Amino acid sequence: MSTPEYPSNMPLGADQHRLRALGRNHRLDLAFQGTTFVFAMLVLVTLFAIIASLAVAGYSTFATFGFDFFTLNRWSANQEIFGALPAIYGTLVSSAIAILIAAPISIGIAVFLTEKCPSKLRQPLATTVELLAGVPSIIYGMWGVQVLAPFLQRYFPSVLPAGTGLFTAGLILAIMIIPFITSVTRDVLMTVPKATRESAYGVGATTWEVTRSILLPSVKGGVVGAIILGLGRALGETMAVTFVIGNNLFFAPTLFGQGTSIAALIANQFPEADGAQRSALLALGLVLFLITLLVLTAARLMLRKMDRAHG
Amino acid sequence: MASHAFEIRDIGLYRRRRWRNSVFVFACTGATLFGVVWLALIVAELLIQGLPGLSLSVFTERTMMSGGGLGNAIVGSLMMTAAGTVIGTVVGIAAGTWLAEYGRDGKLANVIRFISDILLSAPSIIVGLFIYAVMVQPMGHFSGWAGGVALAIILLPVVVRTTEDQLGLVPQSLREAASALGAHRWLIVTKVCYSGARAGIVTGVLLGCARISGETAPLIFTALNSNQWTTRMNDVMANLPMTLYQNMTINSFIPDLVQLAWTGGLLLTMAILALNIIARFVAR
Amino acid sequence: MFKRLLTAAAVGSLMCASAGAMAQSINGAGATFPYPVYSKWADAYQNETDIGLNYQAIGSGGGIQQISARTVTFGASDAPLKPEELKKNTLVQWPQITGGVVPVVHVEGVDKGGLKLDGKTLADIYQGKIKKWNDKAIAQLNEGVDLPSTNITPVYRAEGSGTNFLFTHYLAQVSDEFKTNIGEGKSVAWPSGVGAKANAGVASQVGQINGAIGYVEYAYAVENDLNVVSMKNKAGKFVTPNIESFKAAAGNADWKDAEGMYLVLTNQPGEGSWPIVGASFILMHTDVKDAEAAKRALAFFDWAYENGDDAATELNYVPIPSNVAELVREQVWSQIKADGKAVWDK
Repeated sequence: MSTPEYPSNMPLGADQHRLRALGRNHRLDLAFQGTTFVFAMLVLVTLFAIIASLAVAGYSTFATFGFDFFTLNRWSANQEIFGALPAIYGTLVSSAIAILIAAPISIGIAVFLTEKCPSKLRQPLATTVELLAGVPSIIYGMWGVQVLAPFLQRYFPSVLPAGTGLFTAGLILAIMIIPFITSVTRDVLMTVPKATRESAYGVGATTWEVTRSILLPSVKGGVVGAIILGLGRALGETMAVTFVIGNNLFFAPTLFGQGTSIAALIANQFPEADGAQRSALLALGLVLFLITLLVLTAARLMLRKMDRAHG
Repeated sequence: MASHAFEIRDIGLYRRRRWRNSVFVFACTGATLFGVVWLALIVAELLIQGLPGLSLSVFTERTMMSGGGLGNAIVGSLMMTAAGTVIGTVVGIAAGTWLAEYGRDGKLANVIRFISDILLSAPSIIVGLFIYAVMVQPMGHFSGWAGGVALAIILLPVVVRTTEDQLGLVPQSLREAASALGAHRWLIVTKVCYSGARAGIVTGVLLGCARISGETAPLIFTALNSNQWTTRMNDVMANLPMTLYQNMTINSFIPDLVQLAWTGGLLLTMAILALNIIARFVAR
Repeated sequence: MFKRLLTAAAVGSLMCASAGAMAQSINGAGATFPYPVYSKWADAYQNETDIGLNYQAIGSGGGIQQISARTVTFGASDAPLKPEELKKNTLVQWPQITGGVVPVVHVEGVDKGGLKLDGKTLADIYQGKIKKWNDKAIAQLNEGVDLPSTNITPVYRAEGSGTNFLFTHYLAQVSDEFKTNIGEGKSVAWPSGVGAKANAGVASQVGQINGAIGYVEYAYAVENDLNVVSMKNKAGKFVTPNIESFKAAAGNADWKDAEGMYLVLTNQPGEGSWPIVGASFILMHTDVKDAEAAKRALAFFDWAYENGDDAATELNYVPIPSNVAELVREQVWSQIKADGKAVWDK
């Protein structure tokens, strides 16, 4: 930048000193804007760098296996057979179980908190549920393997003979994502104008009727978005799942049996892996990232539509 | 006017509606209890299993096979979390500022906003793999910096989001008033907007800090762990989450170390919950 | 305010850390199988000499990678490297400790130590071909034992591990089918059963499930008081796992003639030999960059050969006999040089 001139900005009768101060401030303005812009771009770059680095590191696997990478029914590192199907299946099924459990519970909590809860209890209860999200996932893992799995094994031995498996993983995941779905659902429920719901109650509608006919229809997109957001969380959860999923590397179409998830497989094998196996695990990481990307994009688009409708 | 029959039907309908509603309300209350009870169960388990192992030596001794404590792991975790928080906060506030003050509703800003939101929920294990590929492998060794940067990436979108939201809440009239006094844009943002948004941003940073304190998956491939007192960020680094993980897996044949894992879990969870609660107070 | 707090915390932690900071330490990484004994040695050694050892059990593969990249002073692996691989990477290896892997079962109705198996049957069980405990193949080996019809649940190590390597290395030797279908390795795809984390995880799963079979390092079987299986060895005799039968197998090892110390000890001959025994190896460069660090590491391993036997036996590992240790000092450590000068001079 050469010496700036400010014909329009320059106050009448400005002296040399002031002019210099203006110039300095202008440069600072540019520098400030430039710096913040660079950092903003860094966010953008990070995403593409993640995809690129995983694609480069996993390239040899995709080159060797092609589409078979997704359809082979086992992951056998010692024989260098890398089929992601068991891990993809386990990831999707455990997350689906989590959603089936967590979605109705979370909506129930959100409705209770916004519609039925005594106002004194509202904040403490909401905070308690949200604190559940603060518990580190390694703690869920420890608790899952030492408390939950033995409990399930003891009381449901016919369904869960080992206590671990896809269902147990799904249950843990459900507990972990309830706070996320609840808090977003609660937010979107609050966007329903007070007048709307009060007029419905006013004509004698019950809570159930208000919820079913007024609340949920008007915030449907938001609730679905919240659920998909929870799904995004569940798909990539690692530490809690690796303890309880059972880690079976053969494809088995099961709900209660053992399986593995992409994240658990990476956590279990990456430290010991080298060569082809390491590349395959990085390729698997890319697959997980792309799946979550897809899901999260869907969630954000739905929530954004909500925002616009109410914004 | 209403006939007798109609009234009876009305009562039947009324009862059905009432019954349906009480089932629904009951289910919602049950769901809430279901949601709350897990926190109670987990915290209770942590207290029961972890409290007996709590002593001063947990903080002063390093991790060892027999006896020992968690001192080095706590120090390492504090350092990496601090590094991650500082890096993530600086980048995050700057990026959030650009989005709120300059990018606004532009196409690029929308894309960045969207991507930041995606990163917010991206699996943390992927971030670990990414840092492994771009930092650990080229550098040839695991390091505290790699761990810190991985944590920073996880924190980053949290800070971007809150910064932007909070700056958006600063009234436009304040900016205009400052501008009228002759203040330049950078001065308005740093002096006027930041001070207005500070409480909110601090809340966001605290929440993000709480989140990264407990992250384990990204540290497996980046910082690894150590049984020594580690203060060099350029070397492998002891940390609490990895120590818990190792004590529950490869070390789990030693009852003392499992006990220590529960005690560490208790400390970690309490610290994180405390941060969460403090953050809520700051926000008020 | 928050940043100031953080800085204060960081500075404070730096200060209290430097109080306990190490003067010197040795960095190593690798195999999980010998991890308990290395760690125990390290604690004792640090008490004696003030020199700390940071051994990270990241797995044998990780150990080989880290030593090849020279990020650690030594690497450790449960699977030895082939002589040509050693040459290519300018590495040497030597056995530091020996241990045994034992199958354990939990079958209600079968007494402790009452079950006998052979390699082929064990391989079939882990391939999911034998599904019930009263299967003919098992009954044949256990005449007089009243076997229940309980389903068999194989329990295996979920993560890559040296224990997996030894176990599958053995099964691949005794069953061709196992070799082609599953193969040997640190992480293999087991066709059925339940994966658990670490030895302790396997032990606890076996303890909980009626009908389970698992395999663990011997120490875990003892510690958890599990029902160990007697195995038919190469000589056709049934042996029970204990230090004696491990020693019998390890005693067979002819380290002298093993090129590059490449030797896997599974399925050894000898009437009293336990069939699943393995040595764990240490890897170091022949052209070290940091002579002092290499010397420190060798001093530690020398100390372990001299003083580590009790700690090892306590954990149910078999120490390396002193004549083998002498062989290692003379033939292997003499190859470790810095600037052409041997690092080890005792």
